[in-house]
Amino acid sequence: MSPARPAPGLLLALLLLAAGLPGGARAQGLVADVSDHLIAITTGFAGTDILVFGALEEPGDVVVVVRGPTRPVKVYRKSPVLGVWLNSAALTFPQAPSFYAVVASAPLEEIADVAERRRLQLGLSQLDLRAQSPVSANLLAEWSGALVRARAANGLYKDTGGRVILLGDRLFRASITLPTNVPVGTYLVEAYVFEKGIAVAAQTIPLVVSKVGFEADIFNFAQRQGALYGIVAIVIALVAGWVAHLLFRRH
Amino acid sequence: MQIYLPIAEISLDVFVLLGIGGLIGFLSGMFGVGGGFLMTPLLLFIGVPPAVAVATQANSIIATSVSGVLAHWARGNVDFKMGFVLLAGGFAGSTVGVALFSLLRGLGQIELVISLTYVATLGTVGGLMLLESSRTLLRRRRKVPSRKKLHQHHWVHGLPLKMRFRRSRLYISALLPIAIGFAVGVLSAIMGVGGGFVLVPAMIYLLGMPTAVVVGTSLFQIIFVAANVTFLQAAQNQTVDVVLAMTLLLGSVVGAQFGTRVGARLQGDSLRLLLALLVLGVGIKLLFDLFATPASIYVIGISG
Repeated sequence: MSPARPAPGLLLALLLLAAGLPGGARAQGLVADVSDHLIAITTGFAGTDILVFGALEEPGDVVVVVRGPTRPVKVYRKSPVLGVWLNSAALTFPQAPSFYAVVASAPLEEIADVAERRRLQLGLSQLDLRAQSPVSANLLAEWSGALVRARAANGLYKDTGGRVILLGDRLFRASITLPTNVPVGTYLVEAYVFEKGIAVAAQTIPLVVSKVGFEADIFNFAQRQGALYGIVAIVIALVAGWVAHLLFRRH
Repeated sequence: MQIYLPIAEISLDVFVLLGIGGLIGFLSGMFGVGGGFLMTPLLLFIGVPPAVAVATQANSIIATSVSGVLAHWARGNVDFKMGFVLLAGGFAGSTVGVALFSLLRGLGQIELVISLTYVATLGTVGGLMLLESSRTLLRRRRKVPSRKKLHQHHWVHGLPLKMRFRRSRLYISALLPIAIGFAVGVLSAIMGVGGGFVLVPAMIYLLGMPTAVVVGTSLFQIIFVAANVTFLQAAQNQTVDVVLAMTLLLGSVVGAQFGTRVGARLQGDSLRLLLALLVLGVGIKLLFDLFATPASIYVIGISG
């Protein structure tokens, strides 16, 4: 995050955290929380819905954003060489969010103008994807557009997955689906209140997506003791093949 | 029913995985090929990351091969002596192959080399087998007596280090199977597969082994190659997903048992014709993919 472009939501969250307040704390004009602060990935994990809910001090439009941890992504472009399609060019985006979903109480274009949406990165077209190496604006738009389309096809970027429901002007709730291929890490859930096209209140709530139990044990074993893990995997396979043979010989 | 795979980091349907395992196991038991050249593309197709797919299929193929070898052994169809001689060449070959792989990766375009190797190997092996087996089948149908001698003698029979392989009913120079094992080792290191689909025809046509013994012996050496790949991938790249491997092998060990039974009932010629069609089909598909316009010219890679 470059210091020249402060993200209000993140700063607010940090201030709240620094003050020792939990995620569901009160921000000026807005109180919001999520149904689960820890998304546990277990053997049966098949994606999940998180519920974001809260109350407004003054009536307004509400936008909820869920951002995954940023990670470097390399995008390749194929081109035909002697008829064979090869990866011929590549561009790295060092700070692309690994997950991004936005829902709102009305179409985003009606809630805020382009400048405001750009500032808060609301909507897939407004994501601030910067390349590692300097490229022209046209090229950047083409490559980042390709990245967004590919991630949208995987269900990792979405701006059409439902909407924020307002209950009697002051209460809101929104449901956001995390798909099965959701990356692990610390997420930020951001809630914004807009009045006359300007964000007047914001709150950020951290959300942890993590493997737990058996899944986490296997992952850690594989990462920390690769050689031993390999031997165990081989022995299990040998025994499984032998057991299968024994079972079938009886019949 | 979904199951989360901790290394692949996605959830997949258990029954889809069992089905893929069962299909590969069936083919493996029937033809004596490990099935890696089929399983890797199938895993990629259902969304498993490439590095995990290549490493994990090796792990599950160990189980399939063990189950297949034991079934063939019970019928006396494994030539262990031949298997060990092939392995000696195979280990030397895969060491050279891994070094070659690193060299090619350093030069860039390793993916292209892998694809081209696949297309060339599958195309050649499949084409030759198709030609030979269909000719044999046609000849038998016309009831023309085969003029083929019991043993054909070439220059290779003059090589030193002669060894007797009783199960295979062969008395040949050990240099020949060592050389074949070496070549298959190089190929399998580059292609990331056990090499059964190269080894099986090589044993039939180059060594002149009986088809019945070839399948069990090929599976026997695939156990060791696949174990080697599993260990190296787990230790170096942490890409072996045991949950995925176990689910696949549950399906494949069962499939291998049925495959062995069906294979035992088929004639050697028909078996070779079917394997030829399978190998050629995969080769043509890969060739098509090389030249076909991709759905999107942009692809996302791993972090740069």
